[in-house]
Amino acid sequence: MVYLDAASTEPLHPAARDALLAALDSGWADPARLYGHARRAQMLLEQARADVADVLGARPDEVVFTSSGTQAVHLGVLGTLNGRRRTGRHLVVGAVEHSSVLHSAETHEREGGTVEIVGVSRTGRVDAGAFAEAVSAPGTALACLQTANHEVGTLQPVEEAAAACQEAGVPLLVDAAQSAGRLPLPHGWSVLTASAHKWGGPAGVGVLAVRKGTRWRSPYPQDERERRRVPGFENIPAIVAAAAALRARAAENAAGEATEEISESTRLSALVDRIRTEVPRLVPDVEVVGDPLLRLPHIVTFSCLYVEGEALLAELDRAGFAVSSGSSCTASTLRPSHVLEAMGVLTHGNVRVSLPHGVSEGDVDRFLAVLPDIVRRIRASLGVH
Amino acid sequence: MWRRRSGAGRNETEEPRAESQAGAREPAALTIDALGRKCPIPIIMLADQINQVPMGAVVEVLADDPAAYTDVPAWCRLKSHAHVGSVELPQGGWSIQVRRNY
Repeated sequence: MVYLDAASTEPLHPAARDALLAALDSGWADPARLYGHARRAQMLLEQARADVADVLGARPDEVVFTSSGTQAVHLGVLGTLNGRRRTGRHLVVGAVEHSSVLHSAETHEREGGTVEIVGVSRTGRVDAGAFAEAVSAPGTALACLQTANHEVGTLQPVEEAAAACQEAGVPLLVDAAQSAGRLPLPHGWSVLTASAHKWGGPAGVGVLAVRKGTRWRSPYPQDERERRRVPGFENIPAIVAAAAALRARAAENAAGEATEEISESTRLSALVDRIRTEVPRLVPDVEVVGDPLLRLPHIVTFSCLYVEGEALLAELDRAGFAVSSGSSCTASTLRPSHVLEAMGVLTHGNVRVSLPHGVSEGDVDRFLAVLPDIVRRIRASLGVH
Repeated sequence: MWRRRSGAGRNETEEPRAESQAGAREPAALTIDALGRKCPIPIIMLADQINQVPMGAVVEVLADDPAAYTDVPAWCRLKSHAHVGSVELPQGGWSIQVRRNY
């Protein structure tokens, strides 16, 4: 099978696998206790924290580990709103944020808060001016913006949003789930969230960084773990593996820049360009969505007119390709992706291709070779020729 | 939850998208009943039948798949027809009006 769904989860980095196996033996004890094995576990945990903080541009005491990127977002959004209750109860979010942000916003609304959703352009990019205007509203407690969109790859104007938030005295939560470990992180965040399995770490590890001076109060019952920010016993082997993968990615990115060799990101980005160019040439009636330039290196999304997304995924699976889709028939909700809806682009016949590290050029070419006939056959079955 | 509050899916150079507005209805030369049909069927029916109306006339698509609300206007953009407007139907779903441009 050719795996082209890295935006759902990146395969485990070899460095993470090695670190995970080693830490299962050395990092199993309770880091809160006072004996040898416990001190060893605590040391591993604190080393992982320092490594992750370093790559993310945070201080170690600003970083805690959660059980997922989603939990990091829930805690980041609700904890910051909680901490700033006296300032106001207004929340500003981009329209194409991850569902974890939008579901946190729903919770906030149910509890009496207000939410403003800032729209996006046809390419999925938040309007920086509209975002700045929204955060300047009195009583704004928090604003949320992703570094890049998880479905279409479009980069968001985080630096501009951060400047506007600073001007307004509003903390900015930046959801870096799709870009951490792939692109340099933007500056100016007050709260940063990420997810280890998106950068080649194991599942079950999220990162929540809260800048010193940002008011934050846990929405959960009190617990002593992770600086009282995340409840429950830490999964130290997975955290150690997550840090190893992130460190390895950062080293690979730095080595690419230093040696003037083509970095993996540049190579993936060129393959994405090839898909963006070739799909509309090979398949009639296709819309490639998302920003062609201001985008992540590894994600490309397109929609095929007159094609059911579910049938397309099934046929591609049969042909040996794993991809994902934002079409409603492929979702449990029976609604099309809120990202595609907000952009006002075709939601049916949607395919997201996201390239994992090390994917071969040949695999991309084989995908491009099988796609036209699959689309033609599905259309023919619906009477479209 | 996924409400469009500001600037939904448009470029700065484009006119605001026609949103659901009561009273925006105009007489349709053809009504396509795609109620109960899932996307892409409503779009396929529209593409099949739009040439049955004269140039400049309006086709009305009745659909209740939420995908159609986004996809009919997107189809118009891709196919250079005009999305006139979308009106909510009392029984649920929308009447989505399209003007044949060529």
